Parts: sequence; C-alpha cells; structure tokens
Amino acid sequence: MSNLKRIFSYTVLIIASIVSIFPFLWMIVSSTNKSIDVTKGKLLPGSHFIENLHNLLDTVDLVPALINSAKISIITTILGLLIASLAGYGFEIFRSKSKDFVFNFLLLSMMIPFAALMVPLFRMFGNISQKLPMIGIDTLSAVILPTVTTAFLIFFFRQSTKMFPKEILEAGRIDGLSELGLFLRIYVPTMKTTYAAGAIITFMASWNSYLWPLVILQSPEKQTIPLLISNLGSSYSPDFGMNMTAIVIATLPVALIFFIMQKHFVAGMMGSVK
Amino acid sequence: MITAKVKHSQSLQTAKSGRKIRAKNAAIGWSFVLVAALMICVFYFYPMIQALIMSFQTGNGANLSFTGFDNYVRLFKDPTFLTTVKNTVIYLIIQVPIMILLALFLSVLLNNKSLKLKGLFRTAIFLPCVTSLVAYSVIFKYLFGQDGIINIMLMKVSLISEPIQWLTDPFWAKIAIIIAITWRWTGYNMIFYLSALQNVDESIYEAAKIDGASPVQQFFKITIPMLKPIILFTSITSTIGTLQLFDEVMNITKGGPGNATMTISQYIYNLSFKYTPDFGYAATVSYAIVIMIVIFSIIQFKVAGDKNE
Repeated sequence: MSNLKRIFSYTVLIIASIVSIFPFLWMIVSSTNKSIDVTKGKLLPGSHFIENLHNLLDTVDLVPALINSAKISIITTILGLLIASLAGYGFEIFRSKSKDFVFNFLLLSMMIPFAALMVPLFRMFGNISQKLPMIGIDTLSAVILPTVTTAFLIFFFRQSTKMFPKEILEAGRIDGLSELGLFLRIYVPTMKTTYAAGAIITFMASWNSYLWPLVILQSPEKQTIPLLISNLGSSYSPDFGMNMTAIVIATLPVALIFFIMQKHFVAGMMGSVK
Repeated sequence: MITAKVKHSQSLQTAKSGRKIRAKNAAIGWSFVLVAALMICVFYFYPMIQALIMSFQTGNGANLSFTGFDNYVRLFKDPTFLTTVKNTVIYLIIQVPIMILLALFLSVLLNNKSLKLKGLFRTAIFLPCVTSLVAYSVIFKYLFGQDGIINIMLMKVSLISEPIQWLTDPFWAKIAIIIAITWRWTGYNMIFYLSALQNVDESIYEAAKIDGASPVQQFFKITIPMLKPIILFTSITSTIGTLQLFDEVMNITKGGPGNATMTISQYIYNLSFKYTPDFGYAATVSYAIVIMIVIFSIIQFKVAGDKNE
C-alpha cells in the first residue's frame, strides 16, 4: 500500500468512526450536564448525572416502563425462539414438497409492511377486547402476540438447521427418544449458538419496537421505554440533561448485550443471507 | 426420515405399511410447523385480507360500509397522500444509493489486509445499529435543533454565519432525516459487504493492478459486480425499510414543517389514530405501500438481472 493511499484510508476511517461515535459521546456527556449547558454546546462531562436522574424519576414512571419493556422483550424472545425453531426444524428435517410450498408462502409475510397490518390488527384486538379483555387492547399480551412469530426467524432457523448433523437424530431414535425429545434433548443443545444469535436479534427488535406499542397501548402505566423516550423527546421545552439521562438508561441494556454477544449478532445477520 | 426400529421391521412388512409410516412422519413434521404457520396466518395474512376488504369500505371508526372504488379514486386526488409518496420516494432515491455506496466504500477500505485497528473501526462504524430507532431519533432531533450542537459547531468553524433551520425548513428537514437514516444504517450494510468481500479472490485485484486498473476502476469494475447478489439483497431490504419509514420522522420532525417530511406510514397512522378514524381509507393507503414494495422489488431484480448477461 502506498503512503498516500494509507493516509487516505486512515483519514476516511477515522472520520467515519468519529461521526458514528459522536452522537453516543454527546448523549453520555449531556446526561451529566445541566440542560442550559447542553444548549450552550458544552462537550465536557459535568457532575449533574445524579441530579438529572432524580429529576427523571420524579417526572416520569421510568421503572415501570423498564419493567414493561423487559417483560415484553423476554417473553417475546423465549416464545419467538421456541415457535420459530420448532418450525425451522420441522421444515428442514421433515422436508417435503408441500412443506416447501408452505414455507415459501410464509416467507411472503416478510414483504408485508407493518403499516398495512396495524389498522386491521387494531380492530382485531378491539373485537378480542369485548370477549377476552386479558389479551385485548392496552395489554402487554396484545403487544406480544402479533410480533412474536416472524418469518425471518423461521427462515433463520431453517438455514442454520441445514448444517445440523441429522445422523445424531437416528442415534437418538434408536435410544428410544420421542420426536419432541429428539428436538429438546439433541437439537436445542447442539444449536446453542444459533439460539444465541436468534435471541439477541429478537430481544433487540422487541426492546426497540415503537409503532405497534404506540397503537395498542393506551394507559400511561403500560407504556414501554420507546414510548416514554418519544414522549420526553416531543416536549416543547425539553430538559436536555434529563432526557439524555433517560436515553442513556434506555440504550444501555441493549448496548451491553450487544457488546457481550457481538459475534453472535453479526453471525445472525449473516445467517439471513446464506 | 424413517426410524431404525422401523427399518428393521419394515423388511418384513408390505409397502402399504411403509406408506403409513411416511404418512406418520409427515404428520410429525406438520405438527412441528403448525403453531408458526397458524400464527403467521392469523397475524399477517388474515389482517392483509381484512385490509383489502376495508380498502373498499368507508365510515367512522368501527362502522364501515362498502363504497366500491371510491377510496382508490380519492387516493389520486388526495394532496396529502401525494405529498407523502413524494417524500418517501425522495428518501428512497437519495438515501438508499448514498448509503449503499458509502457502506461499500468503507468496507473496501476495511478489507485491506495491512490495515491496523481494523476491529476498532469496524465496531465504531457498526455501533449506530444497536441504538433504538426512537432513541437515536430524539438524539438527532436535539443535534439538529435551532441552537443544537451541529449549528454551534458549523458556526464555530465559520461554515455558516447563521443557524440552519434544520427542523423547520422543508428542505433542510428532509436533509436532516436523510443524514439520520444514513448514520443509523450504513454500518449495518457495511457488515454484509465486508463478509462478502472476504470471499472475493485477491488474485483478481492483483491481475487488475498489473493491467493498470486504478483503484476507482477496480471499485466499479470488480468490487461492485462481484458483490452484486449481496448489494441486491441489501438494496431490497433498505427499500422495504424506507417505504415503511415511521419512527424517525415521527420523532425528529413529526412529519413537519407542514407535511414536508411526512411518510406514507405516518399518514396511515394519522388517518387511523390521530384524525377522525377513517380505517377504510387508511387501509387503501396501506395497499399503496404494498404495491410500491412489489414494484420496487421487481425493478431491482430486473436491474440486477440485466447486468448479469
């Protein structure tokens, strides 16, 4: 590599990295500063984080929102992985022409924009509300149910199952395991990394989802973190320091999970194009 | 898929029981996929059919009655709808190509074997992808504020003499949205290209260098054609994503000023939940997105297919 080319490469990459990281740094720095300092363009960390946090806890129901988001994301992840991995396993191990057709048909659902679904889904849950208010409008179940099964995750598990050594299953059958036993005792432990990748993708999507909770949740005590952040962000005279503190707290769990499981996340993305 | 026990006894049995076993295995297979298939049908395909029916209906809230093609006729006369289509298409044709070229360019730089700190650069550029759409939108709203840090910095280096009205000027508001989306998704696409590049044979570039190809020529004549399948994949996912754009616009500009940044998804939301609910017409608008997704996907497949010959 010539010197000129090297300098060029590093310059571009350093600028790209700074641009990528800057909003994060600014968010973290601002969460430690008073609102007035943020508007003055202060770029050095201050000492007002605890004060901002106090204000935040006094102004909004942060903890309930965190609990709601955690409940929704954890249940969605566990159920979603279970349903999608059973299906991915079924489509690949018990392969047949008719199942391939059904599989391809299910994949079509990936092309459906959510905006087209939200109105009929809202009406559907409106009808359910009259008979089963437990899972109707303004419940966490209503947030989970329509989003828990995605064709993407089924596709992802099927692709990964192609690598799965099917001979092990024969051995298991000889040992007298039931079909469900084969799945739970052999398949699941073997596919740990696939589950890890699927879990992080599903958890992040669920933790960050905004439009459907916005439509289906109504009472303030049900609101999730993205709804809370969005409300804070839309105020006319925002307390910048406090709002940044809220965003730091909202993005921290996900960023942490990401750093711990970075490899799986990227593997998961790649699994979708194999 | 025939069990070993069965295999043993099968030799003694007739073909008829073999068929029975196959049927039993097929049933087991179906039972594995049943829940997923049902859920997708109930929460994706059934609502799509409902939306199609609703798109021919009109009325307030839950009381709908059929009106034939009235909603579809209204669509083409509705200035707000036409504005949202225009805005969405502007985001699409400006943002997606910029982002894809930028991601390709960065991935080529990062793919260099002698580059140091590769992991650090890659993680930094990928970092925006882990933020929630709402959180980063609010951050960008503040960054681009009237007295936001972007204006402060631009004025400090004297690039501008007075603050740019990022969020209240129809032109700059669109630019702000495009910058925000590009920031969020470039690293995501870059990771795809990076892993595809690792499968490209180095010797092709060596040969091109010997033939006197410049780096720019190499990029357009080798890299882009080699990565065509993955570029097609990412441009289709980006197109579908952009046509559904909602979170960013809702949280950065609320669709304003006026309707200058409003997207189709946001218009559907407003029609259903903000204005007097008009579910029928909202469903009609949502079918417009479905049709656009199909058209754009076909165009992209065609464009990519033609170059293949």
